[in-house]
Amino acid sequence: MELNIVELSRLQFAMTAMYHFLFVPLTLGLSILVAIMETVYVMTGRPIWRQMTKFWGTLFGINFVLGVATGLTMEFQFGMNWSYYSHYVGDIFGAPLAIEGLMAFFLEATFVGLFFFGWDKLSRVQHLVVAWLVALGTNLSALWILIANGWMQHPVGAVFNPDTMRMEMTSFYDVMFNTVAQAKFVHTVSAGYVTASVFVLGVSAWYLLKHRHVELARRSITVAAAFGLASALSVVVLGDESGYTASHAQKMKLAAIEGMWNTEKAPAAFTAFGFPDMKDRETHYAVHVPFVMGLIGTRSLDIDIPGINQLVKESADRIRSGIKAYDALMTIRQDKAATPPAVRQTFEQHSADLGYAFLLKRYLDDPRQASDAQIEKAAWDTVPAVAPLFWSFRIMVLLGFSFIAVMIYFFWRSNFRRQTYPRWALRAAVAIIPAPWIAAELGWFVAEFGRQPWTVDGILPTALSASHLSVGDLALTLVGFVTFYSVLFVIEMGLMLKYIRKGPVQDVAATDEWMNRHHSRLAGTHVMPTASLTPAE
Amino acid sequence: MILYELVPYDVLRVLWWVLLGVLLIGFAMTDGFDMGVGALLPFVAKTDLERRIAINTVGPTWEGNQVWFILGGGAIFAAWPPLYAVSFSGFYLAMFAVLAALILRPVGFKYRSKRDSATWRSSWDWALFVGGAVPALIFGVAVGNVLQGVPFHLTPDLMSIYDGSWYGKFLGLLNPFAILTGVVSFAMLLTHGAAWLTFKADGTVAKRARAVGSVSGLVTMGAYLLAGLWLAFGITGYRVTSAIVTDGPSNPLYKTADHAGSWLVAYADRPWIVVAPVLALLGMTMTVRGLRNGGEGSALLWSKLAIFGTIATVGLTMFPFILPSSVDPQSSLTVWDASSSHQTLFVMTVATVIFLPIVLCYTAWVYRVLWGKVTADDITGHSETVY
Repeated sequence: MELNIVELSRLQFAMTAMYHFLFVPLTLGLSILVAIMETVYVMTGRPIWRQMTKFWGTLFGINFVLGVATGLTMEFQFGMNWSYYSHYVGDIFGAPLAIEGLMAFFLEATFVGLFFFGWDKLSRVQHLVVAWLVALGTNLSALWILIANGWMQHPVGAVFNPDTMRMEMTSFYDVMFNTVAQAKFVHTVSAGYVTASVFVLGVSAWYLLKHRHVELARRSITVAAAFGLASALSVVVLGDESGYTASHAQKMKLAAIEGMWNTEKAPAAFTAFGFPDMKDRETHYAVHVPFVMGLIGTRSLDIDIPGINQLVKESADRIRSGIKAYDALMTIRQDKAATPPAVRQTFEQHSADLGYAFLLKRYLDDPRQASDAQIEKAAWDTVPAVAPLFWSFRIMVLLGFSFIAVMIYFFWRSNFRRQTYPRWALRAAVAIIPAPWIAAELGWFVAEFGRQPWTVDGILPTALSASHLSVGDLALTLVGFVTFYSVLFVIEMGLMLKYIRKGPVQDVAATDEWMNRHHSRLAGTHVMPTASLTPAE
Repeated sequence: MILYELVPYDVLRVLWWVLLGVLLIGFAMTDGFDMGVGALLPFVAKTDLERRIAINTVGPTWEGNQVWFILGGGAIFAAWPPLYAVSFSGFYLAMFAVLAALILRPVGFKYRSKRDSATWRSSWDWALFVGGAVPALIFGVAVGNVLQGVPFHLTPDLMSIYDGSWYGKFLGLLNPFAILTGVVSFAMLLTHGAAWLTFKADGTVAKRARAVGSVSGLVTMGAYLLAGLWLAFGITGYRVTSAIVTDGPSNPLYKTADHAGSWLVAYADRPWIVVAPVLALLGMTMTVRGLRNGGEGSALLWSKLAIFGTIATVGLTMFPFILPSSVDPQSSLTVWDASSSHQTLFVMTVATVIFLPIVLCYTAWVYRVLWGKVTADDITGHSETVY
């Protein structure tokens, strides 16, 4: 297959997926924050909390639709651009996608309309249940898509079937409870919660700086800081869990992220800084922190973490083993039922390495004819580009820790300093609004780029996965999607800013009524002139 | 004894062929009227208030309806991976057009009334029109092409390869028969949208929808009959020429097939399937009658029957073919060789049995909460919250 087709398909997937993930994290987190606010409203009956629910709900809605719009493409582009991938692993990969639709998309999409249109048609408790169902639906969809993605990182519960020339599921349980998938799920939704918390915090800080909507802003900061602190801690802890699972599942990715060329004596040091160099196969000017890598990766002091050079040697061995599997497969395909049992046995023995033989398809049609030089080259192909991974990962981690610091600070001010915030802190909160998006995009970059050259780790090379399209097809859709998304993104930002500037819709009648009742309860009287009351703000 | 072997492979394959139909029909019955309303927008609603009435008849529920489409994609991926791999890469630019049009809808619905500018609103109205009309047309065009066979072949590795240049592939889809089937689906969803608006909208909008729907209903019927005649006398069918193995491995190249004879052979082999076109025509007739005589809910129900009958006609006529290949009939995908594995089909069946009834229950509840006509007062009274 032409390589530029594969590169263009990758670029298109990267663009559409990363655009999609501009909207998803906010949806994940804001759906929960809004539901929390509405819960407080239903429990206390105070109209300010209803106002908050509606205000943040409006922003949630503006963001949500673009998540839906960009998500549509995601559901279909595996088939459009990654036809052989879809054939080869659809038996496993398709199931979580379909269940996601059945279990999660229906839930969120059916109730999101009622959330906006149902205020007058439902009781308070009913509406609250609707809000929580929307939040549940969005979070469940993350679960299933990460089960699918987790399988691409760490394919378990499946085996190659020579009759159908594809991977087939052997255990749905293993696919569902894949450790990599579970760690990724909690890490990803926590990242979404942090994103939404930083967003709510930043917008509220802006109101406080402008002395507008102070009541709403103060309360929003209190909720966002508490929720954000828990989430920011969880994102880092579970990111560490991802690192731990990666040390078993994706050794090469881990070594590349670390820029670790040779196996070090356990416990390995963590490279805090340095310049990885693919040509010299060395990380220049490296600054090491002793022991840390061994602790994160293996949670022990005596287990080695293999370096890139050692892993490449392993890859070369697996390519040779894969060639044996490939050879047996060709015989099986020719003889079908009449295949000698010895050949079947050889195949079974080596079939786990079949994908490694496919790495050679970049260089020649028949992997069995490969020279030693070609095998060596293909083995080095299993190393993803080290420097971009090394840096992306470090920036992401740095941002992750900074979110913890920010949330601790605001949590402390909101709970122990009577919700007073110095102006420099408020300005900082506004300034960091884009940071969680940067961290999330970098995280996905590390996860997906770090898996290269595979679409499914060790099973199917990316170069083999793409559809047989033409440059014309891809150029048109790539330009089309990017232009289209960019225009929609600009429109979305415009509306977001418009509604943030506009602020919450004040429900004066409801506020007055509530204040009236509240005061009359306290005073033991039913008469309270409305005019003398200041509304909640 | 392994659990999934409780249900034989061929039974699961037929079940998932039926479920594929259920998903397509569910999509056309629910999101079909959303698309119809979009396509009708410029014709049945002239003023801003009228347009908002029309839009808000589907405003709260269209998003859930669209999930039928997304789930359709996911279910094809899970249950019919070769179909997912071959069809979407083959109809590449057509799929791109459908997606681009559908992407306009969520944004159009949500953003349209968030600014007061007339240019802003009329731009989004056109976006909603495109989001309804283009997919409605393309889905029918795709069906017309599937009935004629699609120019792909499978390599021994089961990689699918299409013949022709990229734009040629796209233009090739627009052949006369496919355009006719495109008209069927476009007119059918337009009628469905009109039936929905007479049921759900108030005043002038409903009146105009009734008028448009009575005409488009007749067009649907005429185009459907014409397409049927064309299929009978002008289109060559496909047939499997090797012995049919219903529980073999999912490898299309294990069979042989040819492009000969007529699709209508199916009606000789299984005469009962004639019930599908009969129901389609009955539904179409009664929809037009309902729209003319002032029936509201009844026209919508009959229109659903028309959709059911039409989609069932295509599926039953082609069985066991799902996607025939015009250049290499052996590569054609059929019910017996294009499914996922026995175990995956079983897992998916369990998931469907658990979740589909739950989905149907809460969807019904939501429609009940939102029961009743959308009136001008609903819009002006809640200008901030409605679309």
